[in-house]
Amino acid sequence: MAENKHTEHVHHIDPYSPEFETMVPTGMVKFFRTCVIWQFIRFVIINIKMLVVVQKSHH
Amino acid sequence: MAKVVVMGAGVSGHTAVTFLKKWLGNEHEVIVVTPNSKWNWIPSNIWVGVGQMTKKDVTFDLAPVYQKAGIDYRQAKAVSIHPEGGKDSDQPYITIEYTDPSKEGTTEEVAYDYLINATGPKLNFGATEGLGPDGGHTVSVCTADHATHANEELRKLMDRMRKGEHVKILIGTGHGMCTCQGAAFEYIFNIEHELRQAGLRDKATITWISNESFLGDFGIGGLHIKRGGYAASSKLFAESLFAERDVSWIIGAHVTKVEEGKAHYELLDGDTGVEEFDFSMLIPPFAGVGLKAYAKDGSDMTDTLFAPNGLMKVDADYTPKPYEEWKAADWPRTYQNPTYKNIFATGIAFAPPHLISKPMKSPNGTPINPTPPRTGMPSGIIGKTVAQSIVDMINGAAEPTHHASMAEMGAACVASTGKGLFNGTAAALTVYPVVPDFEKYPGLGRDLDYTFGEIGLAGHWIKHILHHMFLWKAKLKPGWALIPE
Repeated sequence: MAENKHTEHVHHIDPYSPEFETMVPTGMVKFFRTCVIWQFIRFVIINIKMLVVVQKSHH
Repeated sequence: MAKVVVMGAGVSGHTAVTFLKKWLGNEHEVIVVTPNSKWNWIPSNIWVGVGQMTKKDVTFDLAPVYQKAGIDYRQAKAVSIHPEGGKDSDQPYITIEYTDPSKEGTTEEVAYDYLINATGPKLNFGATEGLGPDGGHTVSVCTADHATHANEELRKLMDRMRKGEHVKILIGTGHGMCTCQGAAFEYIFNIEHELRQAGLRDKATITWISNESFLGDFGIGGLHIKRGGYAASSKLFAESLFAERDVSWIIGAHVTKVEEGKAHYELLDGDTGVEEFDFSMLIPPFAGVGLKAYAKDGSDMTDTLFAPNGLMKVDADYTPKPYEEWKAADWPRTYQNPTYKNIFATGIAFAPPHLISKPMKSPNGTPINPTPPRTGMPSGIIGKTVAQSIVDMINGAAEPTHHASMAEMGAACVASTGKGLFNGTAAALTVYPVVPDFEKYPGLGRDLDYTFGEIGLAGHWIKHILHHMFLWKAKLKPGWALIPE
């Protein structure tokens, strides 16, 4: 039997349900969401982006 | 010496009054009137609602902060505005009624030269029968006390689940014209996260119900985020998260009545339904706090100052027009009342010209559409901007000197999807501008270079840091004015 580690976390989705018609993250995407090293890099980048928008919003 | 009175000490009012005092010093009088004794960092209430924080973590006493700053603090609710003065004087004033226990019920007149209405929303639980924690059948996370109670009920529910019971959880909006879908979004996913951490997730069916016509509307007509070379709708990302976390959804819904364990609703297509629940948090619709206004002769002129929803009219274009004719320029810039130039309204207290999301109604004529959110960042910016204008007007400017239209301003939002130092996540996003400008940005209404979003641990760290940062700022601790709204 083939294993699909990419989507085993969404085993609850039924075919042709509303959930079936959208996109779901693969295991790799989920891993990087809480990978501390990667998220620290994202933390720095997101803060910079937010500060730019904050600065642009003060007239 | 000028007298500036600020009604309300939430994010917008507190920002306005603290900057007014900083800039005006002791030369002029700055008075704040609020019925609350404590300041509340509302974005963290959802964490109180799942037991990850306590009321003490999200509030602090206002009196010592204002005393240290030299701000005249009256713990009272504002009752009426008299912009033309009264029988004996032309001096404008407001009437207040003390909620301070030492003077409870005592009324007073407070004169002003400039007035800011930052009274925020009335949580209109009464708009839906059976809604809310006080005499109703749903919990709330709108205040720290409500959120504390919500967590107590959640813990009881989890005890039932530990004994093997399978429960139904219903979270969302409790009326067809609610805003604040973001808070409900945070709460539903924080509950889902807590249940997973407790090993109880398989004992719950979790359902979302809201007045959005599509998931991811959030009261701003949704947004688009660049991904893989595409500009993808927030609908895709919202549905993705719901699907991933096994949360089903009912949208385009106006909750008509809540009974014990049942929420009745009407949908945009006219169908009706009943959703059963063991635990439910439904956001109430907002209205103005119910301020009245009186002319010099004592006649009621409330509708001169206020829109029918109780929010104050400002420099917006309130001309009724269809959605297709809405423009970014409809939105206010200075927040000055058009009739009385020394009155301003900030934060949730100002009357928007219309919705941001497209108006929709069922075949029965029931309006089912989100109303415009005014989140922390715009509310704080507007409060500070109005403070700047008032300072300049006190110093001789004829008109407001600063502007802060929501169609020319962005918002940075962080929506928690679960708390945890190493396993928490949040959706960190910016949207620019808040109110879409389809003339300046044809097609999608927003600047894709400044509109972005992603979910991850970084977002959670940011939300937690912002919690501490904004409490530091609100307490006027060293460097507070350097922290941007």
